[in-house]
Amino acid sequence: MPWLCTGPGLLALAKSYRCERGVPVALPDFQYFCPSTLDEAMALLASHEGAKLLAGGQSLIPLLSMRLAQPSAVIDISRLSELRYIREVTREEDGHLVIGALTTHREVETSPLVRRRCPVLAEAGGLIGHSHIRLRGTLGGSLAHADPAAELPVTCVLTGATLVLVGPGGQRRVAADNFFLAPFMADLAPGELITAVEVPFIAPGTGAAFRELTLRRGDFALVAAGALVEPGPGGTVAAVRIAVGGATPVPVRTYAAEAAGRGRPAGPDLWRELGRLAAEELAPDSDIHATAEYRREMAAVYVRDALATAYARAGGYDDH
Amino acid sequence: MTTSRTVTVTVNGVAHTRTVPVKLLLSEFLREHLGLTGTHVGCGQGMCGCCTVMVDGQPVKSCLMLAVQADGSQVETIEGLARDGQLHPLQEAFIACGAVQCGFCIPGMVMTARALLDQNPQATEGEIREELGNNLCRCTGYVKIVAAVQRAVQAMAVGKAGRGG
Repeated sequence: MPWLCTGPGLLALAKSYRCERGVPVALPDFQYFCPSTLDEAMALLASHEGAKLLAGGQSLIPLLSMRLAQPSAVIDISRLSELRYIREVTREEDGHLVIGALTTHREVETSPLVRRRCPVLAEAGGLIGHSHIRLRGTLGGSLAHADPAAELPVTCVLTGATLVLVGPGGQRRVAADNFFLAPFMADLAPGELITAVEVPFIAPGTGAAFRELTLRRGDFALVAAGALVEPGPGGTVAAVRIAVGGATPVPVRTYAAEAAGRGRPAGPDLWRELGRLAAEELAPDSDIHATAEYRREMAAVYVRDALATAYARAGGYDDH
Repeated sequence: MTTSRTVTVTVNGVAHTRTVPVKLLLSEFLREHLGLTGTHVGCGQGMCGCCTVMVDGQPVKSCLMLAVQADGSQVETIEGLARDGQLHPLQEAFIACGAVQCGFCIPGMVMTARALLDQNPQATEGEIREELGNNLCRCTGYVKIVAAVQRAVQAMAVGKAGRGG
C-alpha cells in the first residue's frame, strides 16, 4: 500500500475515482478521535503515524469509501471552532485577510469581508462543487488535499497567500507558491496541520477574476485561470498576475506572460496575446478528461477571459 | 475504545443511542441500523445527492459523514417530513406535478428543496435550479422537479398567509 500514499499513486487512483470508475466499498478500519482543542488534536497527530485529519470530510470520506486512503487513525477536527474565523489585518503595506483553516467554503464565498478585500477568493470558492459540499468543505482541507484541479489552491497561488502551519516543531509559514509539491502532495511535515491562511488584500483599483472550464457546473476544473490586473496610466497595464490550475500537476504562475503585459496598452489584443503566452509556459497533462493540447488551448482562452474580466472590474468590484 | 463509539443521534425527533463502528457512514446508520431506507445511496462518493438529509438544520450528503459525527445532532430524513399522516407541501407538490419517475433521486431532491425553502422561501426558478445542482436525476430532465418546487413555494406562501403570517 505505500505507493498509494504517494502523490503519483494517489493521483493515478484519484483520477480513476474522478472518472467514476471507483466503486465505494466498506470503509477500511481506522481508529477515530474527536479532540476538543487544537493542542489535543496536535498531540494525537504527533502520536499516530499514518493518521489523517477529518475536517469537512468532502474529500477524505470519499477517499476512505474507495479505499484510496487507509489511515491508521482519523482525527476529527471538524468541531474545533477556534480554527473557524475570517479576520483582517489592516496595514498599509501588506493588509491581508486571516482565515482560519476550518472556515467553510460557504463562509468564504459569502463573507462580506472576503468580498470586499479579496473578491476573487469568494468567486473561486463559490465555484467549488455545489452548495452542500461548500457547507462542509473547508479552506484548510482543500489546501491540504492539494487537488491540482481544485479552485482554492490556484487562487491562493494567484493572490500570493501564505499558509500558517503548526506542528511539533512549532509554527511555520509557507507561501502558497511553494506549498503544492505534486498532485495531492502538499508541504505538510508529519504532525503538521494548517491553522490559517493569510490572503493579501487586492489593492483598490486592481481587478481580479477567476474562470474555470468544467464539463458540468460544479465539476473539477479541466483548466482554471485567475488574473489580477492593475491598470496603469493612459489605458495601459501597470501589472498583471496570472495563475493557472487544473492543467499541470500543481497550480502555477505564468511569469513570462505577466512580464509581457507590463506597461502595454490594455485591450482584447493584449489579453489574447498574454493568454497565448501563458498557455505556452504550461506543460499540461493528458488524461481521460482532456488532452494536453486541449488544456493548453483552453488555458489560452480562459487566461484571456480572466484578464479581460479582471480589467473590466478594476476600480470597482462587482457584487457577483 | 477507538474503533467503536456510543452515540446519541436524534432522527426525526426520536433519540437513538447506539454503539456503532467509527467507520460507519451516516447513510449506513440511517438505512441499516435504523431501517430508514428512504435515504438512498447512489454513488457513495458525494456526487449524486441521493443521500441528502438535514443535520442540525443544514443539508448534508450523508455518505460523506461518519455516523459518529452526528453524535448529539438532530437529523431529519425524508421519513420525517410528513407529520401526523399529513404530507409536506413539497411531497404533495412532487406528486401533483408528476415529478417522480424511477424515484431514486427523489428523497434527496425533496430534502435539498426543503433546505432551500427553509433559507429562501421565495426561491426563484434560477435559485431552485442552482440548488438542485446538488442532486443528479437520470430520468426526468429536472423539468417537473423544478415545477414541483415552484409549486411548493406557492403552496407554502399561501399556507403561511392562511395561518396569519
